[in-house]
Amino acid sequence: MTHVSLKDLTKVYPGSKVPSLDRLSLEIPTGELTALLGPSGCGKTTTMKMIAGLLTPTSGDVTFDDRSILREKPEHRGVVMVFQNYLLFPYMSVADNIGFGLKMRKVDKAEIDRRVGEILDLVKLPDLGKRRPSELSGGQQQRVALARALIVQPKVLLLDEPLSNLDAHLRFEMRDLIRSLQQEMGITTIFVTHDQEEAVVLADKVALILEGRLCQYDQADVFYKRPANEAVARFFGGQNFIAGQSTGAAFDSPLGQLTLPQGAIAGKGTLTFRPENVKIGEGQSNSLNATLEDRIYLGTQTRLRLRVGDTMIEAIANPDEVGGFDVGGPVPIHLPPQTLWVLQ
Amino acid sequence: MHNDSPWLRAFRGLAGAVLIVWLVLPLVPLAIWSFARGWFFPDILPKQWTLSAWEYALSERAGVIDSLGLTIGISLAATALSILVGVPAGRALGLYKFRGKELVELLILAPTIVPGIAVALGIHSVFITLGLNNTVGGVVLVHLVPTLPYMVLVMSGIFANYDPAFESQARSLGASWLKTFWYVTFPAILPGIIVGGLFAFLVSWSQYILTLLIGGGRVVTLPLLLFNFATSGRNDITGAIGIVYILPGIIILILTARHLSGRNGAVGGFGRI
Repeated sequence: MTHVSLKDLTKVYPGSKVPSLDRLSLEIPTGELTALLGPSGCGKTTTMKMIAGLLTPTSGDVTFDDRSILREKPEHRGVVMVFQNYLLFPYMSVADNIGFGLKMRKVDKAEIDRRVGEILDLVKLPDLGKRRPSELSGGQQQRVALARALIVQPKVLLLDEPLSNLDAHLRFEMRDLIRSLQQEMGITTIFVTHDQEEAVVLADKVALILEGRLCQYDQADVFYKRPANEAVARFFGGQNFIAGQSTGAAFDSPLGQLTLPQGAIAGKGTLTFRPENVKIGEGQSNSLNATLEDRIYLGTQTRLRLRVGDTMIEAIANPDEVGGFDVGGPVPIHLPPQTLWVLQ
Repeated sequence: MHNDSPWLRAFRGLAGAVLIVWLVLPLVPLAIWSFARGWFFPDILPKQWTLSAWEYALSERAGVIDSLGLTIGISLAATALSILVGVPAGRALGLYKFRGKELVELLILAPTIVPGIAVALGIHSVFITLGLNNTVGGVVLVHLVPTLPYMVLVMSGIFANYDPAFESQARSLGASWLKTFWYVTFPAILPGIIVGGLFAFLVSWSQYILTLLIGGGRVVTLPLLLFNFATSGRNDITGAIGIVYILPGIIILILTARHLSGRNGAVGGFGRI
């Protein structure tokens, strides 16, 4: 049960002029599962290592329940990190790996055995205690790594790309396991990932970090509906950005005048809407006549490339809806006002 | 392998046989001499056999037993110091990139290239001012010159294939740096310590010039004693001491042979010699 806060956390590596992490401030409430999302090299792993004590920040602070932990050694912080490649100790059995943290805490042997047995059941690997890590599959190794971390009941659990090494069918299983264990034990958990899908699927809240700076810290759906800027929108798959002038109620652009949802900002701005929110057919408002330039059939959906005047629009539609349209021919579309969002 | 022609197989067998003969044959006369009472041309084997050379060699007045103990002590000390210095040095060279790394590697290799006597003469004058000449400690220190390159190279080979993130993982699970070393680092680098230590021991064991110069005749290790008897023409006693002298090498080799296969990362470091 630990509230983690990062205060202006900054890291400048020796010999580098540009900070790898630039004044990151985040409040991570007790028991929440938070994603640090960003492309590789954005500073997210640097952040994790500073929380774990494996790296010293250039400036800024990390506090657990309002107490700075920067002076504490990594082994005393109560932070356990699960690395992307699991790092199971190859010379120890699975049970010894899992019991390692308790052994370091001088828990007696019988108690370690009992708790290792318990947690092996919890991660659904009941009979594998005597095996060597190299005899396990990737998914099993990750469960062992997770069990090894959870058994010490850390204040803060750090996960490095927890789902990215797994096959598609294992991802959801692992996601459910991580979420259920984390919520049952109430451990404040932070994970880093470069994959926005992984972040959205697993996290309560997502912090998007681009080039060492925090861009947006919100619940996952907000990144799709109300991105903070164009870079955020693009990271989450946004492709339509149209410059123009907003009056607050309507948006003047090369597409014509479009009705905006309530509460949109006024002034010069960029209109954005997600490809999947471009609707085929006439609507009550914001109807446009587009020309179909190209289409890509993706099985469960079809990607459309549309032209309205000189403006290109990317759309994603149900294959059944658009089967009848020919490339080069007209397609009626509309943009529902509540799906539009104006960026400053 | 299965498609090898019989000729190739025969050649390989022959090469193996030649190698074994090459290594073992010179030792045979040594063993024969140690049991011979005179062995003269053109006899193929001595006419008379005796244990007297062995009786003398193992007696107190020959000094072989004392010398054996001293030699073992010096070699063990040189090996231990090599490990203490070689493990951190090998870690730095194997894991990190830094400015001047090539120069450091060259300097570490230098003792295997530069003639030992040249090095020893320079060290001799330095050790005189330090008062280390004619002492066992001085001999141990000077043995580090030829032993360290082997130790450092083996360890840098080991650390080149080592992921230090395991240590971060152990720390984050609550292990102090000391326990991290003991439970995580040490088991991973143990094969290298064994192989490097073995070489360090044997290189120290076979030092002659360095021991003679720095020990000043007061520190009499087995090779010095052996040479004394060899030059005095006592082939029988030389044979007996010679057998005693090669025993540790053979014992160590048998005990550690499985660590010496080509698949071992530790041996890989020798590619750079």
